[in-house]
Amino acid sequence: MSRLEVVDTERCTGCQLCMFACARRQGIAGLDASCIGVRSAGGMSRGFVVVVCRACADPPCARVCPVEALAIRPEGGIRLSREKCIGCGNCRQACTIGCVYWDRVQGKPNICIYCGFCAGFCPHGVLRLENKGETCNAL
Amino acid sequence: MRCDDSLSNVLTIDLSRRSSTLERREDLFETGLGGAGVGIRLLAENVPTGADPMGPENAVVFTVGPLTALYPMASKTVAMFKSPHTGNLGESHAGGRSAIAIRLAGLGAIVLKGTSATPIYLVIEGHTVHFRDASALWGMENASTPGRVIREREGGAGVRTILRIGRAGERLVSYATVTTETYRHFGRLGLGAVFGAKKVKGLLVAGADRIPAPERKVYRALYDRLYREATQSPLMRKYHDLGTAGNVLPLNALGALPVRNLQAGSLEGVERISGEGLAANFLGRRLACAHCPVACIHIAALRTPYQDEPYFYKTQMISYDHEPIYSLASLLGIVDPAAFLRLLNRVEGMGMDCMSAGVILAWATEAMEKGLITEKDTGGLRLAWGDGDVYQEAVWRIVEDGGDFYRTLAQGLAHTVTRYGGEDFALVFAGNEMAGYHTGPFTHLGFLLGARHSHLDNAGYALDQKTKPGQLPTPSEAIHTLLQEERWRQVLSSLAVCFFARGLYTPEVVAEALDSVGFPLSVAQLESLGARTYALKYAFKLREGFRFENLRFPERILQTPTFLGPLSLQYLEQAVAAAKAEIEEAVAGLTLSS
Repeated sequence: MSRLEVVDTERCTGCQLCMFACARRQGIAGLDASCIGVRSAGGMSRGFVVVVCRACADPPCARVCPVEALAIRPEGGIRLSREKCIGCGNCRQACTIGCVYWDRVQGKPNICIYCGFCAGFCPHGVLRLENKGETCNAL
Repeated sequence: MRCDDSLSNVLTIDLSRRSSTLERREDLFETGLGGAGVGIRLLAENVPTGADPMGPENAVVFTVGPLTALYPMASKTVAMFKSPHTGNLGESHAGGRSAIAIRLAGLGAIVLKGTSATPIYLVIEGHTVHFRDASALWGMENASTPGRVIREREGGAGVRTILRIGRAGERLVSYATVTTETYRHFGRLGLGAVFGAKKVKGLLVAGADRIPAPERKVYRALYDRLYREATQSPLMRKYHDLGTAGNVLPLNALGALPVRNLQAGSLEGVERISGEGLAANFLGRRLACAHCPVACIHIAALRTPYQDEPYFYKTQMISYDHEPIYSLASLLGIVDPAAFLRLLNRVEGMGMDCMSAGVILAWATEAMEKGLITEKDTGGLRLAWGDGDVYQEAVWRIVEDGGDFYRTLAQGLAHTVTRYGGEDFALVFAGNEMAGYHTGPFTHLGFLLGARHSHLDNAGYALDQKTKPGQLPTPSEAIHTLLQEERWRQVLSSLAVCFFARGLYTPEVVAEALDSVGFPLSVAQLESLGARTYALKYAFKLREGFRFENLRFPERILQTPTFLGPLSLQYLEQAVAAAKAEIEEAVAGLTLSS
């Protein structure tokens, strides 16, 4: 099983390199396509919140998808089929922790694929790909 | 430049009319790249000769560059304006999230013109500008409160930056700053006062655009290399570990740390306010600008008990660096780190440049010792080395009109000495207060001759430290080295790469990175581009009345020896003459629109 773990947000410096990495992995510059988000916890002095899919065992996002575009992985978490997705946005509303990001160009969700590419660009050990899944190096 | 790139979009906001226009200016970005290169050209276009820095005819230009949001550490925004502090070229750089937000808003530059009739804050979402009432934010005691209000009140997708001024900017203190993301500043030269004069309390930019990515393989390879070098090579370690505060002990050991208005170059008990001392006892958090793996921003957690109730504490998070340690601690004879942090917090809360504030307070303390000013002038305050509480009160009075003397201090030290004398011990260079290095002749030449009169213009302090006692280069050799450095830095500040990353962004790397984003330029072409931008900055300065003949070195720097020996005025003046010849030759025949 692979899953992205947020090890310790107290070490996060807010550099957003993970967000840039996620977009870059998809061949996109900027942050629009990122599946991970870092924002201040109410001002820079209070540190940061890292919001990324935690690969729920019974993901609420998948439950509300009307077209079964979100397939539940046996080990938890989901896979998005962009072909099936109709861009209704139900998943985005259903995610309790707000980690279904939105691709404004395609009008479809950005869903983490648990590749761990972002963790490779976290300079301060905030992120880790848990449990030896296949890391994404075929990019 | 790639034709689909939004970098060439220039958003001009007319504050008087509350309107905005968007123009594509490929011409500017193709010749100037971005940042300082585009900034100086837009400034010359928008500010008429002899403009009043506080008047509607002054403009503020913010620019980002072709590497912004694409490569790490290219996260600086360059601000250009006419400075109310020196009456000449104003240029200031800041990071935080500002550059990324502007670039992802689909902009390469923002120009603020005119003056609002009432206090406002601006919200830029993509290419749309909203003019919001800021009456309720005007007059707030601490500069971070309006930032919080704007953050909570405004939406905006993607990355956001919030620039704001404090009371010092509202009250037109000539060295007021614009603060971004609480801890980063457009410091020096008074951009905050220009905002204040324009009645602009804040500026939020929100950006969520995509920008064209370089070819995938090329991009990944160069990015990975830069990232690896930034995180693993020793080049960035200094900034990473202790931050710039790591300079304090080495400078002190060299006798190069200005102490008590530069009456000395080292300080007893300095360990307590050193990078090491602060890290051991106060460092509470590290922060980074967007897209920078270094995290050089060091935040002290200062716990202070309330006097009126037991077991009540406040904990303040205060960002420190070498420069505030120099200006608000060693220069004022303060070694108590808590006293230093409280004073720094006051200066930050007011939104003043910490270097100018510290140098002015140090001059005032010595002026009081010498009887040039008395308690009658200071309204009963007895300024004394090491007394942080009194300095805090003085800062308050400078901003909040504590009388004629403080009103004078609010206009800077160059102005103050014309009223009160004491020029010989006023640490001011071409109207700007000194930075924290008394390393030798080149740091002072750098302050005096740098286009911004900033230590970062040409890093004269670094040239000093590479020089061996008794082996000074000739004045013209030294000037050649300093000007060459400053010309190259125009390229970095046009990209706009953080100067701390200058070791990574070598000329070859810059050429490679620019090629990947559609600017195929050779190293020689880059160097000539840097030289052109530098010459344009000086052309602007000369247009606005800058004269080499008026430049003076403070006598104090000659009185306190450096590790390279006592400074020779003759040597320094020969160097200025060499600089004048070299710069005037570069500027000759240049028009500001080229």
